[in-house]
Amino acid sequence: MFAVEIAHLTKVYGQGETKVVAIADASFQVVPGELIAILGPSGSGKTTLLTSIGLINEPSQGQVVIDGQLLADDGWLPGVDLKRVRREKLGFIFQHHNLIPFLTALENVMVALEINGHSRAAAKARALELLAALNLSRRPHNYPAALSGGEAQRVAIARALANRPKVILADEPTAALDTENGKNVMAMLKQIAVENRSAVLVVTHDQRMVEGFDRIFEVRDGRIVKESKGWKVEGLAAAGA
Amino acid sequence: MNLALRDIRHHRGRFVLTSIGLGLLLGVVISMGGIYRGLVADAVAILQSTGADLWVVQQNTNGPFAESSRIQEDLRYRIAAVPGVAQAAPLSFQSVQIERRGKPFRFFLIGYDYRPGLGLGGPPALIAGRPIAQKHYQMVVSQAMNMPLGDTIHLGLHDYTVVGITGKLVSSSGDPVAFVTLADAQDIQFKQENNAIRNDRARLAAWVAARPGLGAGQERLLKASLAGLTESTHTVNTVVARLAPGAELGRVQAVIGRWNHLRALSTEEQVEILTKGMIEKARMQLGMFRVILLVISGVIISLIIYTSTLDKIRVIATLKLIGSQNRVIVAMILQQSLLMGLIAYFTGYVLVRLTHKNFPRRIELVPLDLQVLFVIVLVICTVSSLVGIRKAMRVDPAEALGG
Ligand SMILES: Nc1ncnc2c1ncn2[C@@H]1O[C@H](COP(=O)(O)OP(=O)(O)OP(=O)(O)O)[C@@H](O)[C@H]1O
Ligand SMILES: [Mg+2]
Repeated sequence: MFAVEIAHLTKVYGQGETKVVAIADASFQVVPGELIAILGPSGSGKTTLLTSIGLINEPSQGQVVIDGQLLADDGWLPGVDLKRVRREKLGFIFQHHNLIPFLTALENVMVALEINGHSRAAAKARALELLAALNLSRRPHNYPAALSGGEAQRVAIARALANRPKVILADEPTAALDTENGKNVMAMLKQIAVENRSAVLVVTHDQRMVEGFDRIFEVRDGRIVKESKGWKVEGLAAAGA
Repeated sequence: MNLALRDIRHHRGRFVLTSIGLGLLLGVVISMGGIYRGLVADAVAILQSTGADLWVVQQNTNGPFAESSRIQEDLRYRIAAVPGVAQAAPLSFQSVQIERRGKPFRFFLIGYDYRPGLGLGGPPALIAGRPIAQKHYQMVVSQAMNMPLGDTIHLGLHDYTVVGITGKLVSSSGDPVAFVTLADAQDIQFKQENNAIRNDRARLAAWVAARPGLGAGQERLLKASLAGLTESTHTVNTVVARLAPGAELGRVQAVIGRWNHLRALSTEEQVEILTKGMIEKARMQLGMFRVILLVISGVIISLIIYTSTLDKIRVIATLKLIGSQNRVIVAMILQQSLLMGLIAYFTGYVLVRLTHKNFPRRIELVPLDLQVLFVIVLVICTVSSLVGIRKAMRVDPAEALGG
């Protein structure tokens, strides 16, 4: 089964004069454990693609399937609890960490677990474990304002990983970081893809950051113009793509 | 994890200050309710301390408190003779204003039959001194008169000496109460200065002289009876009565009411007259102010909650993005609103509790009123949070992505 499958995905903003085709007829599949880069210039539709897959941007046409569940077919499928799919199967990482400013690092991770039905104690245990794994055990009680950019981004990654999502969507996760921290984050995402068997889709416009990715999609004016492979992962063949 | 509390913890100064500000408003609302209850309590204080079952007053009046009423003192004997009446006694009431320590001082003077076993409506339990023991020139004052035992006060033509002090008792307009004997009260009320009496006599003589048609006998008769009327001091404001055990109130009222110049009011009717009639306007006025203040509180809460929601748009978008249920977001906003209301309510409550004794008029804090207000405050908080909640529900999770 694919972790992510999109078919003929199209997103049109506005109508008439102001009509913008942000994504045009995009199709691809991603298997669990695959690390995907989406490259492209500003305004090419990368974020639109990611948010459509992330179930926060309703596609105009085409299908979105997450973990085998059809969620959009020319618009959202009626009766689907998109929030539930988001909290159970998706993890989000953004350019700016988007941590909740009035929660500590630990609480920011815990909140993702608690809204997914974990008890407070279980959430705390898992959050501490994640922070430790991301080398953050020293400041679990710091507020985001008291964390460095790299630390904050790692807390955001911990939050995204909290519910062991099938798919991780990262929009320019390194843009606000220096090269060193940026490389670290990318290395972590790669590790997550391999260890957690999550499909990881990373939007970036920095070519240098995509070293070691499994596949790279290049987007221009809403179209996927090029797909290049890094090295083939076993899963791709096994899924029978 | 409670998001509402975490958020507040993050900027508690702003939250607490606003809540305390609202608390001052609610304090005013609480004290206004207390003032109204105080008005009611004051209005019926004398009524209750008198302990009578029946108040006989002049016909067609709502006397003796709400309207003036004058009846003859000796009616007490006829009333006492009505079957079912155990005891009847006259009472006179007057408001007196004197100059004391350079300032006008108002009090309410009650004249009663001081003889043990014969009177009704005298001073309630004394806290110092003794009851009035002679027909003239003695006085029992309530505490609020601020007069020590042995102090004297000049009223009408004579000095009166304080022999006893009773607890807190006020008239329906909140003035402290003092007691003298009925005879003294009538003296103070009717005995004018000699010059004034001479003037009146001269006016009467002139009036009679200007009517030459009167015979000498008629003239004498007229003069005597007019003088008798104008100088009569044997009137009182009411005769109160106590019923014998088992007597039927309605029947006794009917008997007295049939005498065509009297009206017998039950204590309940008096309460009705005093509370419904006399302080209804004050009640509406205070009620209106309370509503206005509550509306203002609601508007303030809405504004605060709305702006704090605006401050949290990104947080809310992020929560939605990571899949928070709406109830998590609604709870965060609603709980803050309710907490603000709770802090405000208790601030107001404590404030009034601590200060209500120092108000010039009585503030009576009735538990039921406080409970009702509490519920109203919670409802206002809930309603006020709706604008914020509506805004939050419309936040697009994609807003979390913006740079
Ligand atoms: N909400 C929107 N309403 C209308 N047009 C939009 C909206 N969001 C994006 N667009 C348009 O869609 C196109 C693709 O935008 P998108 O944000 O996906 O680009 P991007 O590749 O992520 O760019 P960047 O690298 O600058 O983040 C752009 O032309 C943009 O102006
Ligand atoms: Mg973008």
